Amino acid sequence: MSADPQTIDPQRLIAEPLRWRWGEVVFWLTLLLPYWLAPTYLSLASQIAIAALFALSLDLILGYAGIISLGHAAFFGVGAYTAAVLVLRAHWLEPFSGLVISGLAAAVLGWLTSFLIVRVSKLALLMVTLGVGVLLAEAANRLSWLTGGNDGLHEIDVWPLLGRFTFDLYGRTAFFYALAVLFLMFLGARRLIQSPFGLSLRGLRENMRRMPALGAPIRHRQRVIYTIAAFYAGVAGALLTQTTQSVALEAVSFQRSAEILIMLVLGGTGRLYGGIVGAILFLVARDQLADMNPQYWFFWLGGLLVLVVLFLPGGIVGSVDRFWRWIARRR
Amino acid sequence: MSGAALAADGLSRSFGSLRVADQVSFELPVGARYALIGPNGAGKTTLINLLTGILHPDAGRVFLDGAEVTGLDPDRRVKRGLARTFQINQLFPALTPLEAVTLAVCERMGLAGDWRRRLTSCRAAIAEAAELLAALRLTEDCNRPTAELAYGRQRLLEIALALAAKPKVLLLDEPAAGVPAAESAELFEVIAGLPADIAVLFIEHDMHLVFRFATRIIVLAAGRVLAEGTPAEIAEDPQVREVYLGGSKIRV
Repeated sequence: MSADPQTIDPQRLIAEPLRWRWGEVVFWLTLLLPYWLAPTYLSLASQIAIAALFALSLDLILGYAGIISLGHAAFFGVGAYTAAVLVLRAHWLEPFSGLVISGLAAAVLGWLTSFLIVRVSKLALLMVTLGVGVLLAEAANRLSWLTGGNDGLHEIDVWPLLGRFTFDLYGRTAFFYALAVLFLMFLGARRLIQSPFGLSLRGLRENMRRMPALGAPIRHRQRVIYTIAAFYAGVAGALLTQTTQSVALEAVSFQRSAEILIMLVLGGTGRLYGGIVGAILFLVARDQLADMNPQYWFFWLGGLLVLVVLFLPGGIVGSVDRFWRWIARRR
Repeated sequence: MSGAALAADGLSRSFGSLRVADQVSFELPVGARYALIGPNGAGKTTLINLLTGILHPDAGRVFLDGAEVTGLDPDRRVKRGLARTFQINQLFPALTPLEAVTLAVCERMGLAGDWRRRLTSCRAAIAEAAELLAALRLTEDCNRPTAELAYGRQRLLEIALALAAKPKVLLLDEPAAGVPAAESAELFEVIAGLPADIAVLFIEHDMHLVFRFATRIIVLAAGRVLAEGTPAEIAEDPQVREVYLGGSKIRV
């Protein structure tokens, strides 16, 4: 792949990895298929789209800025509860603006906690993120006048989408809604990664130590991306509330933080698509395996996780990527 | 302190009871080609870390272009023209050299925090990165992941990343460390060919290279400046010979 010094076009070399590929177009079109092929699984498909958005959020900080989190559900939960409280208390029933407001609420928490996050790394970072997550979960439990506590909140009915599409029993509207939001937010993330800021995030991931020596204010960069990721997680949480018309403590639980990390690692970090692929794999597998034998689902999941981490560094998407490059080289 | 591109004034730093920098003072004039030498553990890298702000001194001050920068964070010092390379490569393994240097140029231009603009629209930065890579003879390798580059090329990329900051002062921490002798001379040719207005301070163990490329030498031992002078003066200095070379005469 070495270039002839006479003919290199740096502009093209920079643009090349950023352009859309046919595989991506096919991938997104494939995500529409459940509507026709598996109409009884549309609610699962919506769950997948929401988890994918949440995993995308985690990928922004873990895969791009190198910030590992065990408490990312804090932002998901704030988004989910904000969306519920907006409807039940503030009687704000318009869904799209509800998503944005919920995302912003999570972003505020993200921005506030980002000051803690940038001060620590490694084990301390895990503990701080875990701590914030546990704190939020307990707060949601205690503030039952606002959150419904253990009972959660129900009958959260928003207006029909665009004033036309009501959330139907079959989950059709919810499916297209969740998928559309995922796609739009994916476009936003993709665009972010293609900016100079995105390149600096990749720099942070690749070598945090070098960045200050290039003149980069790394803590500021980390705070910005952490806040953006919190917004993404909040929107995902709000989507869950709006499409299921309810919210429970599970939205802010440690298990959710752990599962999303597993999904992202399975799919592969730092590629935007890893979270989506991981969410599909994880939730479809859980659905199928839990049907067969509920107790053993975690057994298989654990095995799969170990295998992927050991034999597929870069996760599934990373391995597919490597495979294609290997093919391309042999040609 | 005026006139010097970089000046250290009484820099001291201890780790516990170990004094790693002890009242270090020196001046690096504009366009200098100085070598910093000293036995292992003399505190050479520590001194660079103190100058660049990665470590904070217990006492003493650092001046850049006459202005005090002692309290500034490392990235702010880079913005003011103080760049460095690392003894152990600090590169971006998965980025291509072109991407890495484009990033460095974007940082200098103040574009790298911008998330509204597209990277491809930063044409000036990309073109400048390509020129810089060409100047360091890295064009051929500019589109491969950095991790795949030969070690000597990676050492050149270290320098390219520092130069992208358009520094007034460049601190090179053993630029030729681990590079085969034949290639290290070539690497120093590149260093010698740097723009004349950049003040360069380099750490190097190979005395042939030091005497060939340095106009002045600062000798550090046990955290103190033992001697400073022209290569000829240093070669004759009995104290230097005693501490640094175990008494034997420096052969050039």
